Amino acid sequence: MMNQLEMRAVYTQTLIELAKKDERIVLLEADLMKASGTGIFKNIFPERTFNMGVAEANMVGVAAGLSAGGKIPFSDTFACFAARRAYDQFFISGNYARLNVKLVGTDPGIASEYNGGTHMPFEDIGIMRNIPKLVVFEPSDPVSLKKLVEKSASYQGCTYMRLHRKPITVIYSEEDEFELGKGKILKDGTDITLIASGAIMVAEALKASELLIEEGISAAVIDMHTIKPIDTELILHYARKTGGLVTCENHQQINGLGSAVAETLIENYPVLLNRIGVRDEFGEVGKTDYLLERYQLSAGHIVSAAKTNLEQRKKLELIQI
Amino acid sequence: MEKQELKQLEAKAKEIRKMTIDSIGYLGVGHIGGALSVVEILTLLYYKHMDTSPEEPKRKDRDKLVLSKGHAGPTLYSILADKGFFPKEWLHTLNKGGTRLPSHCDMNCTPGIDMTTGSLGQGMSAAIGIAMANRLDGVDKKVYLIIGDGESNEGQIWEGAMAAAHYKLNNLIAFTDYNKMQIDGYVHEIMNIDDLNAKWNAFGWFVQRVNGHDFLDMDMAVERAKRELYRPSMIILDTIKGKGAFFAERRLDNHNMNVNYDTAKEACRLLDQEN
Repeated sequence: MMNQLEMRAVYTQTLIELAKKDERIVLLEADLMKASGTGIFKNIFPERTFNMGVAEANMVGVAAGLSAGGKIPFSDTFACFAARRAYDQFFISGNYARLNVKLVGTDPGIASEYNGGTHMPFEDIGIMRNIPKLVVFEPSDPVSLKKLVEKSASYQGCTYMRLHRKPITVIYSEEDEFELGKGKILKDGTDITLIASGAIMVAEALKASELLIEEGISAAVIDMHTIKPIDTELILHYARKTGGLVTCENHQQINGLGSAVAETLIENYPVLLNRIGVRDEFGEVGKTDYLLERYQLSAGHIVSAAKTNLEQRKKLELIQI
Repeated sequence: MEKQELKQLEAKAKEIRKMTIDSIGYLGVGHIGGALSVVEILTLLYYKHMDTSPEEPKRKDRDKLVLSKGHAGPTLYSILADKGFFPKEWLHTLNKGGTRLPSHCDMNCTPGIDMTTGSLGQGMSAAIGIAMANRLDGVDKKVYLIIGDGESNEGQIWEGAMAAAHYKLNNLIAFTDYNKMQIDGYVHEIMNIDDLNAKWNAFGWFVQRVNGHDFLDMDMAVERAKRELYRPSMIILDTIKGKGAFFAERRLDNHNMNVNYDTAKEACRLLDQEN
């Protein structure tokens, strides 16, 4: 049995460790403390925890004010509310004012499961990517979560993190180092590169790479935990090395990871890119396994996309000859 | 308040009003109405109540002011220039390309601006956050907040009203510039906000209502607010939009209007002729 850890527990523990060392760290919640699992933080730092009630716009605006007062506010709510309901507050009071708000959106994409379409953000990365200088990231396992939250805390400026709350298999070792804006190579490969982000899709990409081996295809797997700024160097290295890419995201195809990779390729080294992602659709209820198939995100779909990529490249090569 | 101090404040307000009319007139267009309705309150705060430090604008332990109706920036710029936060020559760069004085307050552009505002409602929450940070750090200073009456249509104002009372932020002293007009017309016709006193009372604030152009009334209200032990304060200011500029006062189109520079200079001359 692979070692699994509950992501929200890791997030909370990381915040507690940071807060012990840095008294500027404060926490804001909008009546979702039970969901975020940050109650333990409140027990230890009651005076540094602010439950703002069901009022996300005010919460993010207050976080900006706390930052103007010298604090480092982590502000949590479901990703749908973080991104959509408090967008102008995060945009103007946080980012435009060049303050230091750490916004955390939980249950990204299909992780919302039974909360369904109203709570299922497939667009948060897209709208967040449009905020100048904002760092947008999504950890894929407990280790990368801990290390990237630490990096976010020490970074001077706003960040937006997508947080999967549930138990997730550990894929990194404690010795692994992480930098915001630098992707991690999980597996090397020669035929094609799978670039994934987030707990659900990195796991699917790793599964897909195993399935591809059975078909004699060597796939590299990259954990692109930071969607903005995107790791241009790493993308271009693997574009040159493997000649084709598949991006895998728990998000709309529009303006997410796949778009960021496509923008990088088209201006530097165009190779064939296939994108696994939600195809211009709203969310709906269901368990993760159902939704992975419903939105064509699962390992099986990644395998198909990789094979399509290789076949199309073959055809293009024939045409070129 | 001593008579002499009152005279000085009234003279200062006239000077700030003239500087503001001049800077908007020099540019030729601006938010003259809402800028002139807050001249007295900003003058009272900056020249009597607030501990500011022009030589060290980033100092943490000083009183702060969030002008949530950020479009009234030109009035605050006149005061900050007068107090030496930056040279008075800057006032003629208002809104010009590359200026450090944009139409809406920007803490990264202008020395002495404590919070970036312009998207209405947001200064409310920011002021709450600054007040919370002060309390955590044991900084015994006030956070002053000025919101507009039209701005009070925003839901965020009332989210903040609930939160500031819930956290018993007695270090937050807010003002509503109740000049009764918003962009599209009279507030009571566009989106009625009355009964404003009852609303803020119901949200748990210490509410006072005074003439926003009367220094004695406002001063007493601010003194009482400073002594409040548990509640945030809302001081509703009855004001006149465009106050003191003959071409703009009480005019429904004065929110953001073209201003001929000669007309602006004439308005300043008329102010000089008043007692």
